[in-house]
Amino acid sequence: MADHTLPIPGPLNTERPGNAAFLEWLHSWIVTVDHKKIGILYIAYALIFMVVGGAEILLVRVQLAFPWSGIVSPGVYNQLFTMHGTTMVFLMGMPILFGFGNYVVPLMIGARDMAFPRLNALSFWLTAFGGLMLYSSYIGGFGLYGMGNAPDVGWFAYAPLTSKLVTPGHNTDYWALSLIVAGFGTLGTALNIVVTTISMRCKGMKFSRMPLFVWLMFVTSAMTLATITPLTASQVMLEIDRYLGGHFFDPAAGGSPLLWIHFFWVFGHPEVYVLVLPAFGMANEIIPVFSRKPIFGYSAMAAASVGIGFVSFSVWAHHMFTVGMSAASNSFFVLSTEVVGIFTGIKIFNWIATMWGGRIQFTTPMLFSIAFVFQMLIAGLTGIMLSVAPWDWQLHNSYFLIAHFHYVLLGAIVTMVFAAFYYWYPKAIGRKMSERLGKWHFWLFLIGFHVTFDIMHVVGLDGMPRSIYTYPADRGWLWMNVVITCGAFVQGIAVLIFVWNLIWSVRHGKVAGNDPWDAWTLEWATSSPPPAYNFAQDPVVRSRRPLWDIKHPNDPDWKYEP
Amino acid sequence: MMRRRLGLASIRLHVGIFAGLFFVSLPAIAENRFVSTNTFLPESTPARDIYYLALFTLTLAGCFFVVVASLLFYAVIKFRARKSDPEHEPAQVYGSTQVELAWTVIPIILIVVLFLTTARIIFAIQDAPRPKTDLKVTVIGHQFWWEFRYPEYGIVTANELHIPLSTPQNPDATYLTLLSGDVDHSFWVPELGGKTDLIPNHPNEMWMDPQKAGVYYGQCAQFCGLEHSLMLIRVYVDTPSQFAAWVKNQQKPAVDDPNVAAGRQIFETEACMACHTISGTPAIGTYGPDLTHLMSRGTIAAGAVENTPANLRAWINDPSTFKPGAHMPAMHLSDEEVNQVVAYLTTLR
Amino acid sequence: MTTASVLVSEGPHRPSRGVVGMACLIIAESAIFGMFIAANVFYMGKSLSGPTPAILSPPIFNTVCLLASSLTIVFAERAIVRGKIRIFSIYLIVTILLGVKFLVGTGREWSDLIYNQNLTISTNLFGTTFYSLVGLHATHVILGLLMLSVLLVFTLMGRVNESHSERIKVLAMYWHFVDWVWVAVFTTVYLVGR
Repeated sequence: MADHTLPIPGPLNTERPGNAAFLEWLHSWIVTVDHKKIGILYIAYALIFMVVGGAEILLVRVQLAFPWSGIVSPGVYNQLFTMHGTTMVFLMGMPILFGFGNYVVPLMIGARDMAFPRLNALSFWLTAFGGLMLYSSYIGGFGLYGMGNAPDVGWFAYAPLTSKLVTPGHNTDYWALSLIVAGFGTLGTALNIVVTTISMRCKGMKFSRMPLFVWLMFVTSAMTLATITPLTASQVMLEIDRYLGGHFFDPAAGGSPLLWIHFFWVFGHPEVYVLVLPAFGMANEIIPVFSRKPIFGYSAMAAASVGIGFVSFSVWAHHMFTVGMSAASNSFFVLSTEVVGIFTGIKIFNWIATMWGGRIQFTTPMLFSIAFVFQMLIAGLTGIMLSVAPWDWQLHNSYFLIAHFHYVLLGAIVTMVFAAFYYWYPKAIGRKMSERLGKWHFWLFLIGFHVTFDIMHVVGLDGMPRSIYTYPADRGWLWMNVVITCGAFVQGIAVLIFVWNLIWSVRHGKVAGNDPWDAWTLEWATSSPPPAYNFAQDPVVRSRRPLWDIKHPNDPDWKYEP
Repeated sequence: MMRRRLGLASIRLHVGIFAGLFFVSLPAIAENRFVSTNTFLPESTPARDIYYLALFTLTLAGCFFVVVASLLFYAVIKFRARKSDPEHEPAQVYGSTQVELAWTVIPIILIVVLFLTTARIIFAIQDAPRPKTDLKVTVIGHQFWWEFRYPEYGIVTANELHIPLSTPQNPDATYLTLLSGDVDHSFWVPELGGKTDLIPNHPNEMWMDPQKAGVYYGQCAQFCGLEHSLMLIRVYVDTPSQFAAWVKNQQKPAVDDPNVAAGRQIFETEACMACHTISGTPAIGTYGPDLTHLMSRGTIAAGAVENTPANLRAWINDPSTFKPGAHMPAMHLSDEEVNQVVAYLTTLR
Repeated sequence: MTTASVLVSEGPHRPSRGVVGMACLIIAESAIFGMFIAANVFYMGKSLSGPTPAILSPPIFNTVCLLASSLTIVFAERAIVRGKIRIFSIYLIVTILLGVKFLVGTGREWSDLIYNQNLTISTNLFGTTFYSLVGLHATHVILGLLMLSVLLVFTLMGRVNESHSERIKVLAMYWHFVDWVWVAVFTTVYLVGR
């Protein structure tokens, strides 16, 4: 393993004896404004909610394995799937991706911290408290047995189901208010990443020399500014309806539930691109390193990302093909959706071309990355199927749709996040994760994932809709649901192995040097873990792969880059 | 909407009920008595158009998948690191404009083809010319049941739709106008067509022309609250003579059997008539389903259970037996009263 | 690990963090305003009963005051860059007063609408969309005035000098946004809507 570094002193030694050390350590985490610690806080927070959200859906899967199973009542079931969706999107997906962004982006651009460190901390705590507020809903109301006032209106909370008339309890309010709070946190981090990328790049790092992960976090964060805000606005409107007598979504006063649907998906569609683009960014870093080649087509990848950023704001109504828009409107959204699919599709070719002619090392991060490419291919294709509006009139709100978006969320995004964990954990902790446990995690997750979600497409084609707590015994969906449930539990075991790996490796992982993977971007030029100030001297770069240039002085990248 | 607070005893009760229903449904599972809601078994023109478009898209996507996945697996196998590799790194290739152009243009062409095909079908279904004979039905979605009105015939019924068969000699399409009385719903009978939503203040329209007689199944496909799962649909596609007979029967006022006068009396003095209509009687409530010809329906509670006297009795005693969250309250009648009401209802053919 | 925060500054020749950050905030806020404007436009003419936009009289003078405050804050910025604290504080005070006049005017308009015209947020679609959009804007004016007032207090305490002109520029950007988004709100509510 190469260990070339820029000259830096070692990490500061702040060991203190006795109990004071633990309290001091805890305190340091609470008051920190260091982007690395905040990144880890986000990630740890997201992992806790991954387990909680996973438990919720396992309960759902047990309920659905058999018709009329009666494991949970309809009310509790509706709360479980609502909380599962809300948790996984807002308390797992966003935090974990922005957590990685927080940790890695300043290091990759040669900066000492984010542009606004205190805003960074505030943003994390806002997100954290938003999540706690959402989960306190389980305890409110009637208490744990009756599952309290947890939201039960679906993560999309369509009006007028959410009106005070139809749903008088506080469930909807927990949903709206906690997401407004968490949303401000998300906006703060997004703003921070945009400003950091624009204002904090080290000398020589033009935009065209930034690592693609930074490009993608930048585009994601810029998108987020105009993505979360529609949701915040809509939730404010909803609360005005519920408490100030407003009529935004009130049919009795001439209001239109259709407005909520438009507004929600104006948020909802760009949101899923906000979730997927960081995963693309991770792939753009990890696949080249383990193929021992640079990313194929850097410019096209950067341009495609920006393209996706813009075009994704024009496709939202493909979630609404069944609401009764005109044929012309439906056709427009078919076209815009398929166009954005092209931008995404060509990335898959770029990843394969990166591997082509390389020397692929099957480390755990690379295994997950290969699975990511395969699964993103399928996810993209089922997305194209759903974009065919007449077919969507069958597939919408069926289990085919659930299979598609879980292919993206789990098969692409979470798979790539797993890869990112194995890849950057050594940098953050100083030790590598166990490859043995990693391989167990990988294969179990792969098998469980495919067992569940491949079959799920079929039961959707067979007419099974979503959001149902049971189904008639004569529909013939029994065996498919049993299989899907089994796969879910296998995935659960895989995730537990992963969590165990994270914990075990802190003490027992193989010591990683500064640069265990022989990689090429600036974060690998610091110690593992990096000191608080990241770089003692501000780095100066001449190409997209500064460490390649150092390691190969006779064949530096800047000779070949435009 | 009444929110049920669940205590431990109530949970045990419901687990028991669901366990009971589960075991009751085992015979259906065992005997393979299945009904089909398969989107790939279309029996109506819109469903068939969608089916062929789906096959076309699947083929396109499938070919694309095979090509790309093969390339991926080939690369992963052929270019794996081997011990025999030389020390230096492999050739550092940054890109290739020709290759990237090619793999951008080809998908664009595929997308253009797919889009044009799709647009044609969208217009074909949404803006289809209306045939000479068509049946108009107004569908009103409620939490958690379907109201069907036939304005041309003066019929009001619930949950089970009867529509005429369409044949090449006698094409007969049914046009559904979709309205909602409360929240968003969606009408989905997969074998007869795609789904269309029922949104308050936003009337929608869809059509179907089933070409095979029989019973078709579906359910609400837009989450609408606690019992969304049990807002089922049955569509009876009748031959012209069957349909005419059904219409004739539905147009009659309710059967007035003097033997069940006691039950009718209870129905009209208790709260029942506040919510239900039985035509020809003082009961003109519209909050719940029209019961004039209740016994012409195979199920009750929007398809949740079979329409049998035993189920009727359980339902009237306490609807949460089958459907906790249904808006009908438990009627708190004595056993004698319930039996009389059931006896009355079972005469409403 | 040390708990000390690391001093951050921009990279060499990079745009100012404050300016870029405020631009991001403005983008986000524009999206929020955009949603309320969209709701306004969607529901134009759709109220089933109750007062219609015909009862509105465009607050021309109020608008002039608010837009004038954009001008006075530009003069204030110019003054602070040249270290002219006195002139800066005068223009700052005028800006704040113009903003307060705008708020008072809005309050008067609302008082008339509520008590004389019977239009509240719950009256009908017009009421809901009107008060929420204009109220959203007024909230931002209040926030801006609060920040300007804090700045004024620091100025009067003698703590502000030309080294703070970059930060003051960032605050002024926010104030400009508040003023010019009013143009969009005004156009939607009082011009297009009536």
